[in-house]
Amino acid sequence: MSLLPLGEKVRMRGISYPMAIDKQLDSLELMINVGPQHPATHGVFRMVVWIDGERIVDVEPHIGYLHRGTEKLCEGEQYSQIITLFDRLDYVANFNNELVVCMAAEKLMGTEVPERAQYIRTILCELNRIASHMLFYGTFALDAGAMTPVMYAFRERERIQSLFEATSGARLMHNYFRIGGVRQDAPDDFAQRITTLLEPVKETIAEADRLITFNEAFLARTRDVGTIDGNTAVALGLTGPSLRASGVEYDVRRTEPYLLYDRLDFIVPTGDRGDCWDRFWVRIREMEESVRMVEQCLQQMQSGPIMAPTRRIARPPKGEVYAHAENPRGDLGVYLVSSGADRPYRLKVRPPSFCNLMSMKHMMRNAYMADAIMILGSLDIVLGEVDR
Amino acid sequence: MLRDLIVITIQVFALVTALTAVVLSLVWLERKTLARLQRRMGPMVVGPHGLLQPVADALKLLVKEDIIPALADKPLFWLAPLVVFVPSFVIWVTIPFAQSFAVRNMELGLFFIVAFSVLSIVGVVMAGWGSANKYAVLGGLRSAAQLISYEIPIIMVVIAVIMLPHSMNLVTIVEGQRAIPYALLQPLGLVIFLLAGVAEVGRTPFDIYFAESEVMGGPFIEYSGAHWAVFFLAEYVNTFTIAVLAALLFLGGWAFPLMPEATWVGFLGVLVKAYLVVLVIFWFRGTFPRLRIDQLMSFGWKVLIPLSFVNFGLTAAYLFYGLSRWSLALASLFVTAAVAYTIYRRMTWPARATAEQRLAKARAYRRVETTDAR
Amino acid sequence: MLSQALAELNPKMSAALDEVVVTVERDALLQAALKLRDDPGLSFNYLMCLSVVDYEDRFEVVYHLRSLAKAHRFALKVSLPYDDPRISSVISVWPGADWHEREGHDLFGVVFEGHPNLSPLLLYDGFEGYPGRKSYPFNDYQEW
Repeated sequence: MSLLPLGEKVRMRGISYPMAIDKQLDSLELMINVGPQHPATHGVFRMVVWIDGERIVDVEPHIGYLHRGTEKLCEGEQYSQIITLFDRLDYVANFNNELVVCMAAEKLMGTEVPERAQYIRTILCELNRIASHMLFYGTFALDAGAMTPVMYAFRERERIQSLFEATSGARLMHNYFRIGGVRQDAPDDFAQRITTLLEPVKETIAEADRLITFNEAFLARTRDVGTIDGNTAVALGLTGPSLRASGVEYDVRRTEPYLLYDRLDFIVPTGDRGDCWDRFWVRIREMEESVRMVEQCLQQMQSGPIMAPTRRIARPPKGEVYAHAENPRGDLGVYLVSSGADRPYRLKVRPPSFCNLMSMKHMMRNAYMADAIMILGSLDIVLGEVDR
Repeated sequence: MLRDLIVITIQVFALVTALTAVVLSLVWLERKTLARLQRRMGPMVVGPHGLLQPVADALKLLVKEDIIPALADKPLFWLAPLVVFVPSFVIWVTIPFAQSFAVRNMELGLFFIVAFSVLSIVGVVMAGWGSANKYAVLGGLRSAAQLISYEIPIIMVVIAVIMLPHSMNLVTIVEGQRAIPYALLQPLGLVIFLLAGVAEVGRTPFDIYFAESEVMGGPFIEYSGAHWAVFFLAEYVNTFTIAVLAALLFLGGWAFPLMPEATWVGFLGVLVKAYLVVLVIFWFRGTFPRLRIDQLMSFGWKVLIPLSFVNFGLTAAYLFYGLSRWSLALASLFVTAAVAYTIYRRMTWPARATAEQRLAKARAYRRVETTDAR
Repeated sequence: MLSQALAELNPKMSAALDEVVVTVERDALLQAALKLRDDPGLSFNYLMCLSVVDYEDRFEVVYHLRSLAKAHRFALKVSLPYDDPRISSVISVWPGADWHEREGHDLFGVVFEGHPNLSPLLLYDGFEGYPGRKSYPFNDYQEW
């Protein structure tokens, strides 16, 4: 494991340039500020890049442009109100976020969530994973310069969001999960709607492979770019598809099954090189698995209650709990300290994008300027979650 | 004397007007083509099927405020659009659209074209340097490297074409294709010419010097309004130049076995062929991601330039030994296919194999027993 | 196993809802962290979460650890006095603690000694106060 001395003003000197550079040449490092308005930083992320020609010498990420103090805000809100705040963390995978905070409170209160609610949750979370990965597929191809996939991806995302709207009443900020279940039952034609929307989704995933995954130019751009090995990735706290691309088979759905994942049959695709292409490929395969999981859930789902008998205002007992779940971006954790009141005493979020972003610096050693964009894109960060 | 001057003025004016009209049509065509590829409608509001959208865009650009950065090198900043624009128009003086339909038909027409098209690089670098913007500098330097390297395969391919009719006159070259278009004789030449041409005008997959996800417009980042419109115009004129040259040099221009000899038929023939080539270029744009600078350079120097020499050598052997046309066509086709297969074998094939292996591995890990839900 | 490994560091064991919680002295943290990571039976190679909790009389820094190989997890706690919130940084053990520690410094004013760069991460340079603390007023905001 070769780690950079993190944090200190690291100069990635002593990197082995593949071509001999004439040191007699009078060359100057160019400092370039990328972001926060750069089109390829996926939000308000800013990094200062020092380049020597086209090679990156050093990179310094700056975050916090979207810091809203969510953790502090949570201390002042009742549990049911916190759910809306979580919608706004990872605004691409809202259901997954809502789920974790509900899971934390339920764990603390010992609430048993009815089976139908669990199925609805699982289906929505997996659909949201597809929607989120679709966004990744589109924007990553856009970063690479291919402008067509983003249109295809957004069309599928749109279908999924229409279903979310039919279920929860909102396309983006759903506020649908409740502590002890879900807010309302799924619409009558839920299963039928999903079955119809999954067909084009499957077609688009297959199309992604034909269009971009095995495209020569795309392979040239992503193969062996931004590699990170498994041990380093774990040490840096990388999680989710980005970690699995490095060959570490860590998926919370598999290792600590929550919801109904222990009843579902799915595989965990892993890469081996940990380069940008692996991270892309793992996500495309995960979409396929999510489709299969949703289909299994639809087969198993039965009618029943959707809400556990809970009090209107949740008051978890004094104590603390750490709940975590597999978000589309990685391992989202919530550390909840309750004092027995109707508001949490302290709520700490472990946002996967935040931790994944830390490893960016490591991946960018010896990269080209154009690779920096690809590496950042392959981590699939959402700034709402990084900055909280 | 005066009469000549007036005639030339009218001719040049007509040329510029015609090219502007072509650019407007190209902009519309590109937006519609990309929209079709992406399963959307494209512009639909201004005019029937958005036909007037490019006009509206041009008007918007002309009335926009022209911003000059405070630190910009003003003479360079002002001159750069002209330096890019003028060569790309000057080329058109010698491009014929029919046997006797050119502003000036020069004996050294192709030489003139190749010589002038290189000049616009200077303008792009000037724009990059004059903007006082780091992204612009980066983009300008990228463009210099890229355009100069891709000039070589173009020249080599053009030389191979010149060898067939023994002339640099475009009219003679087209007339030489009465029997058989050079695309059939030199498919390799056509492929190299198209690829290098796309790189020369900086379109996807070779658009690294104004890649919007990396350098955000590169040399043109600080330009707005009319100045930017001039760059835009030049880019589309260049695209069309490459397409028309491909039509003239390889696709037989106005000479086509089954067409009548009238001038207007020839004119239409060239236009149709050129627009077909343009559609192919737009198709690239809708499909490919862009390459990285080092890959772009190595593709130019390690693939295209050697191939263009092979193409040159094949043509030379064909002429020297007086071989049959079939032998040249087949040899050229074989080299093209071999290169395409090599690229596939080196890039896509291993990736597909790895993907299969990994999926098999992941499936092997799958839990066997599934708890019954009920 | 945990108690064996950490025996000489005088840990206090307790059980939270679904996991073991071990509290160690702050001087023993780095030693404990190294042991936890390197002991082959424990091999906690993955720092899931690093949280700072303000209990108004003390700070608690909580390390949620997980071993990917052994698939077990637990929480390590260190208690800090309110007026002297200093703790050694675990960045040398788990490099992933980097931004978590900077955030803890940013929002709570906990000083992670040995961290190479504790500059503001989420807040801007020159922000006054520690907005994560309970004492920081809720509706206060600063113009920037």
